[in-house]
Amino acid sequence: MDYVPHSNEDREAMLRAIGVAGSEDLFHDIPTDVRHPHLDLPPGMSEPEVIRHLNALGQQNSNVLETPSFLGAGCYNHFIPSIVNALILRGEFLTSYTPYQPELSQGTLQVMYEFQSMVCLLTGMDVANASMYDEATATAEAVLTACSITKRSKVVVPDTFHPTTLEVLETYAEGRELSLVRVPAFTIDDDGSFRDNWDAVSAAIDDDTACVAVQVPNFFGWVHECQDIADTVHAHGAMFVVSADPVALGILTPPGEYGADIVTGEGHSLALPPGFGGPRLGLYATRKKYLRQMPGRVSGMTKDIDGKRGFVMTLQAREQHIRREKATSNICTNEALAALAFTINVSWLGPAGMRKKAELCLAKSHYAAAQIDALPGFSVTAPGPYIKEFVVHCPATVSDVNEHLLAHGVLGGYDLGNLRAELDRHMLVCVTELNTRQDIDRLIGALGEFNT
Amino acid sequence: MQNAEPLIFERSSPGRHGYSLPDSDVPALDIEEAVPGHWQRESLALPEASELDVVRHFTRLSQQNYSIEHDFYPLGSCTMKYNPKVNDATAGLPGFSFVHPHQPESTIQGALALIHRLSQALMKITGYANCSLQPAAGAHGELCGVLMMRAHHVKQGNPRRKMIIPDSAHGTNPATAAMCGYTAIEVPSSDRGTVDMDALAALLDEDVAGLMLTVPNTLGLFEQDIVEICRMAHEVGALVYCDGANMNALLGTVQPAALGLDVLHLNLHKTFTTPHGGGGPGAGAICVNETLEPYLPVPLVREEDGVYAWDYNRPDSIGRIHSFYGNFLNQVRAYTYICTLGDEGVKRAGEYAVLNANYLKERLRGAYALRYDRTCMHEVVFAGLKEKAEGVRTLDVAKRMIDYGFHPSTVYFPLIVPEALMIEPTETENKDTLDAFIDALLAIAEEARTAPELLKEAPVSAPVRRLDETTAARRPNLRWEPPE
Repeated sequence: MDYVPHSNEDREAMLRAIGVAGSEDLFHDIPTDVRHPHLDLPPGMSEPEVIRHLNALGQQNSNVLETPSFLGAGCYNHFIPSIVNALILRGEFLTSYTPYQPELSQGTLQVMYEFQSMVCLLTGMDVANASMYDEATATAEAVLTACSITKRSKVVVPDTFHPTTLEVLETYAEGRELSLVRVPAFTIDDDGSFRDNWDAVSAAIDDDTACVAVQVPNFFGWVHECQDIADTVHAHGAMFVVSADPVALGILTPPGEYGADIVTGEGHSLALPPGFGGPRLGLYATRKKYLRQMPGRVSGMTKDIDGKRGFVMTLQAREQHIRREKATSNICTNEALAALAFTINVSWLGPAGMRKKAELCLAKSHYAAAQIDALPGFSVTAPGPYIKEFVVHCPATVSDVNEHLLAHGVLGGYDLGNLRAELDRHMLVCVTELNTRQDIDRLIGALGEFNT
Repeated sequence: MQNAEPLIFERSSPGRHGYSLPDSDVPALDIEEAVPGHWQRESLALPEASELDVVRHFTRLSQQNYSIEHDFYPLGSCTMKYNPKVNDATAGLPGFSFVHPHQPESTIQGALALIHRLSQALMKITGYANCSLQPAAGAHGELCGVLMMRAHHVKQGNPRRKMIIPDSAHGTNPATAAMCGYTAIEVPSSDRGTVDMDALAALLDEDVAGLMLTVPNTLGLFEQDIVEICRMAHEVGALVYCDGANMNALLGTVQPAALGLDVLHLNLHKTFTTPHGGGGPGAGAICVNETLEPYLPVPLVREEDGVYAWDYNRPDSIGRIHSFYGNFLNQVRAYTYICTLGDEGVKRAGEYAVLNANYLKERLRGAYALRYDRTCMHEVVFAGLKEKAEGVRTLDVAKRMIDYGFHPSTVYFPLIVPEALMIEPTETENKDTLDAFIDALLAIAEEARTAPELLKEAPVSAPVRRLDETTAARRPNLRWEPPE
């Protein structure tokens, strides 16, 4: 099937109006020897057939609704209320375009403004854009911006940062020839426990440093004290980029209060289900003085000619469609629908719901950690406060442990051996408000039965 | 459409709440001990609203939006075609939406198969040797593609410095070139609306890393010299990037790889009907020939004896450009669409997109000026009204479309056409809709002559009228502030 609505009669009438004999005549600019290739695609399916086909593919995947999961490591399964899907699937939001014509896009533009306001409040910053692709690209854009503003090219990042963000950062840095200094910010003792080496970050900062980028909580779930770094960064005329988890910001001090110049983050966990890692939602907020260097779309409040309040996309002089090669970034399509989902969910949660969600993650992750730590052969290692995620040192490789867990119907934690071979006995366990005590106890029970 | 809706912050009332979360089922934790007090925030001024407040607020806001599901959305260069509902149904299946990206390969065979099959289908449609679905949007695909071109040149010993881009190109092209460390060099268009071949020949040298061309170009015209352009570029060791934003025109008619273009991005949200969501999430794909294949981002999916696995073993890869594997749920939508259309449906989509655009062009040519009077592909660009009216600009024509019930077409792009008015109908609009739109545009042209003030005052029927964009930019108000 297809979605072409024309009858043969319509088609003939249109061809006559154009003045050609057949539609083939409309393609005469294309060299004939390459025209109409044999595509070799299968024949089209009817709707029931395509649903059956996709459903069968979907059933080949385990999913975290049915299988208790302790996977996090950058993608979190948090509760998204039913109203989110009901509202974002409204055609008026779902099938509209970038609000180039504000008179017909007040819904999208007001949502963008509300989203920007919420991101500012959560992060403690002055201004925010209306979203980016994901945390990794938002952080990469933040680093590029910091390098442009400071006219320097050295970027300091601790190796406690999310590893794929570091990889994306390296990819983005390639074109601009930036130098990424990866600071070893932790060490591992013989007994497998992690030791904090956080002072090394400040020590790596000098007058060539464009910016320091850190993550709070970091990849391992730890919360760092960042005031010292912020002070050192600023003493050297550099900028401080903080990537923060908005769920944790339900309880943690906003980075704006300890000197962040740009705050990025992954908003996906307050907007959408895991979705095999995408779509996601990059957050980006900054100080007012850096507003005109900020990448991405922004909605602003203004008035129409009758004096009525309205919203427009503004500060477009920074953007690629106006400024071309001098633009702050090439980004145009953002994640507007995911930003809408975030705005709905955060409205629903309010301050009390945000706090409660963060406290549930805190309580449940600490409960799981204590139980696992009490198991023979397993130990939990965290050099300071942690929320939602923690590192477990296992008596065997994580892949062996996870295979055992899968046989017990549990998706175990993330194998830190993917990060470094010597961490192949370290598992990153994630517990959110969606993990019930029953799930956690099932994990503990299965781990307790693990024989090396 | 509805009237103004207060901000959700203005609907807030202290103590009201909408959330419903379970009470903790684990032993109580001393929060102060887990997170010391000085690391805890003091306040959070988010709105406090009931669930019904929230539902009504966003429902009312939705009613202030125009969408494809209302009526014709003839935005040139944006490919606003119908987004089939079945795509959303399949993307919403728990087997896709509730899958975690770090799950073991044995538990994600369906997701890996889908990525592999969609890649294969896109390779068949475009003619390329391989494909990555990691880019999250078209511009992200461009970044990926140009970084791959750069990686190729670095491997040859020199990244080179220049990127040639036509004056008619999307702004993303020069912005991308700059992000990848290249100097954007503009090549002018000829009086036929395609690349000026003499100017191009004069610009090509061994410091040119590549050309970024849109095929068909942003004027809706097919680059007739494209085979020769690619040959000339390759002769000096440069590569040719194809901005595939306009691929909808070529579906089933030509594979860009066969024209000599080395790399192409697809906008899955345009050509393959994933809904645009008010500006994203979109989804990109980057397709490459054998020369550039080694540089594709990691990971790709490989298949052996019906078993799918991640392939990270690609030593020349540019690395990663996304946290995970791109906008997977939109890949599910695009795959659903391609399965539905199949071989014949894909061909019909391209053919009818071009038919519709040429029909609009012929019916409107009496009232609107054609800068390039040629057969167009999937979109048509007019240089404003044929009979210029005092003080009436293309923006006024566009705003008047609103009063006739249509979303305005793209205006003032491409930059090289004075008073540009760019219309892309797509294949999913029927003749009745096109005729109604044509009638409206003809009536507006007549009004421009007889009652121009109607155009200058438009729109009068929208939730708001023309907005003060100058003040918005000079004195930005970009967020709600909590009261002191």
